[in-house]
Amino acid sequence: MKGVSKRFGGVHALEKVDFSLGKDEVVGLIGDNGAGKSTLIKMLAGVYRPDDGEILFEGRQVEIHNPKEAKSLGIETVYQELALVDNLDIPANIFLGREPTFRIPWLGIIDGQEMERHARQILERLKIKINSMHSPVLNLSGGQRQAVAISRALYSNPKVMIMDEPTAALAVKEVNKVLDLIVQLKKSGVSVIFISHTLQNTFSVSDRVVILRKGQKVGDIATDKTTPDEVVKLMVGAEEAPTGVV
Amino acid sequence: METTGRFKLFIGAANRNRILFPFFSLITLIVVSAIVSPYFLTVINIKHLLAQVAIVAVLAVGETYVILTGGIDLAPGSLLALGGAATAALIKWVGLPIPIGILGGLFIGALAGAANGLLVARVRIPSFIVTLAMLAIGRGATLVLTNGRPITGFPHGVSVIASYIGPIPVLIIIVFVVYVLAQLVLSYTKLGRYIYAIGGNEQAVRIVGINVNRVKLFVFIFSGVCAALGGIMMDARLDSATPTAGQGYELDAIAASVLGGVSFTGGVGSLTGTFMGALIMTILGNLLNLLGVAAFYQYIAKGMILIIAAISLSRGVRYAK
Ligand SMILES: Nc1ncnc2c1ncn2[C@@H]1O[C@H](COP(=O)(O)OP(=O)(O)OP(=O)(O)O)[C@@H](O)[C@H]1O
Ligand SMILES: [Mg+2]
Repeated sequence: MKGVSKRFGGVHALEKVDFSLGKDEVVGLIGDNGAGKSTLIKMLAGVYRPDDGEILFEGRQVEIHNPKEAKSLGIETVYQELALVDNLDIPANIFLGREPTFRIPWLGIIDGQEMERHARQILERLKIKINSMHSPVLNLSGGQRQAVAISRALYSNPKVMIMDEPTAALAVKEVNKVLDLIVQLKKSGVSVIFISHTLQNTFSVSDRVVILRKGQKVGDIATDKTTPDEVVKLMVGAEEAPTGVV
Repeated sequence: METTGRFKLFIGAANRNRILFPFFSLITLIVVSAIVSPYFLTVINIKHLLAQVAIVAVLAVGETYVILTGGIDLAPGSLLALGGAATAALIKWVGLPIPIGILGGLFIGALAGAANGLLVARVRIPSFIVTLAMLAIGRGATLVLTNGRPITGFPHGVSVIASYIGPIPVLIIIVFVVYVLAQLVLSYTKLGRYIYAIGGNEQAVRIVGINVNRVKLFVFIFSGVCAALGGIMMDARLDSATPTAGQGYELDAIAASVLGGVSFTGGVGSLTGTFMGALIMTILGNLLNLLGVAAFYQYIAKGMILIIAAISLSRGVRYAK
């Protein structure tokens, strides 16, 4: 992304931000509440259109008008607000919007057994154990819900996986599971953008960290060349960014 | 609570417990009615009841679709009158064959429903406001069309709709077919899945790229068609299309859905429940009639039932979480 800006009314959510993501790279996106992290990734996911700037994907300039176009490029997103449909069960959530159907034209009759079979496979691959596939996801734990959201994103073999605070509100054990998942994703050739307020988590999985403050990029550093302390300073603006790293 | 796989699929896992409330209410009501009025369980009263429940029930199907998406439709009472009057006018005044007249009436219902749907989905006006306006417009249009007078005396073919096959009213057969088809759509098709999903978390449904507007447009069109169908059934029953037909029926349609366990915030419920809800509303009216309770009090009773149902069911939801 080059020089991307986004305004909401008078709020400058993002101003001329450059952002890049390499193949098989995990980039941690860091910033205080309201810094513009979610806004940035929503432009990649096709939820918002940038007011200014351009997006390049595999070297080509692209316009992402809606979530479907993002998905067809291979960009999948797990949202902060989880975006699960609470009253539906696990397979229904994983396959929402792309339910397998019987080949009878027009009617769109869902193949429930096929859906359940696939859902079980995906959950097994992620080594996630869930007893009741058919109770509404409302009844699942935070970690299980996160797993369902990730399964949904994984189903289409994406090239880029965006995760907006996937570890928020999770117990420590469940957080570690999600972090393991990210490492697994990277190994299988998926690039990841990871947003978290817990620097420890970000540092443990990211190759590089990008720091946003009040809609501007104030840092872009390889993880092994910086420390959480330095990042915090950039994040809250206590100190001018050291020259050479911005 | 365990139920067999088939049953679970048909009413949806989330709806299992919600079906029990209307079921036991219905049984209780029937038992009480049978005890207090010896006339209640007579064949003639049951025939009459079934014909009567048919019209409320058919409006309630469309209403349930709308409520499942998290909306509300206040227009079915008026669109019943409009669809009924349009069909009557096409057959009696224009002289069209009966099936064409019926299709014409259904089409008018679809148009009015489409207007509702477009305003809700595209212009994003709350459905409460849009359909309240349509309640007024639909009634007004009916009065204009009929010049405020009933259209009476149809060709013989129309009365077939209100006839009986043995003891079973044709009206209830129509309703049965509509319910089965509509429930199959809800349980087994993408469209049905999305109707539930939108009621659960509309934002999430948009994010995965589903065309939410099209689904919303559909439910309002469907509700308009159901209302018009109710109007045509009423034409046949009374051999007349009155401009005041269906007044206040939106209450019955909404109450049938809510009594039947359809969550008024959307996403939960089934037509099996709604049909029981429609039966409860109709039997209640029937019982009050048999007991000689004046119509004025019946309105109060129905309103109170709706509130009681809403309270007990919202409790249920809270406990479920
Ligand atoms: N849809 C919207 N309409 C209006 N303002 C918005 C909208 N989305 C975001 N904003 C504003 O843009 C700014 C950036 O928000 P954003 O959600 O990107 O922050 P964030 O970095 O993700 O914060 P958090 O860590 O709290 O999730 C905030 O000031 C926010 O209020
Ligand atoms: Mg955010």
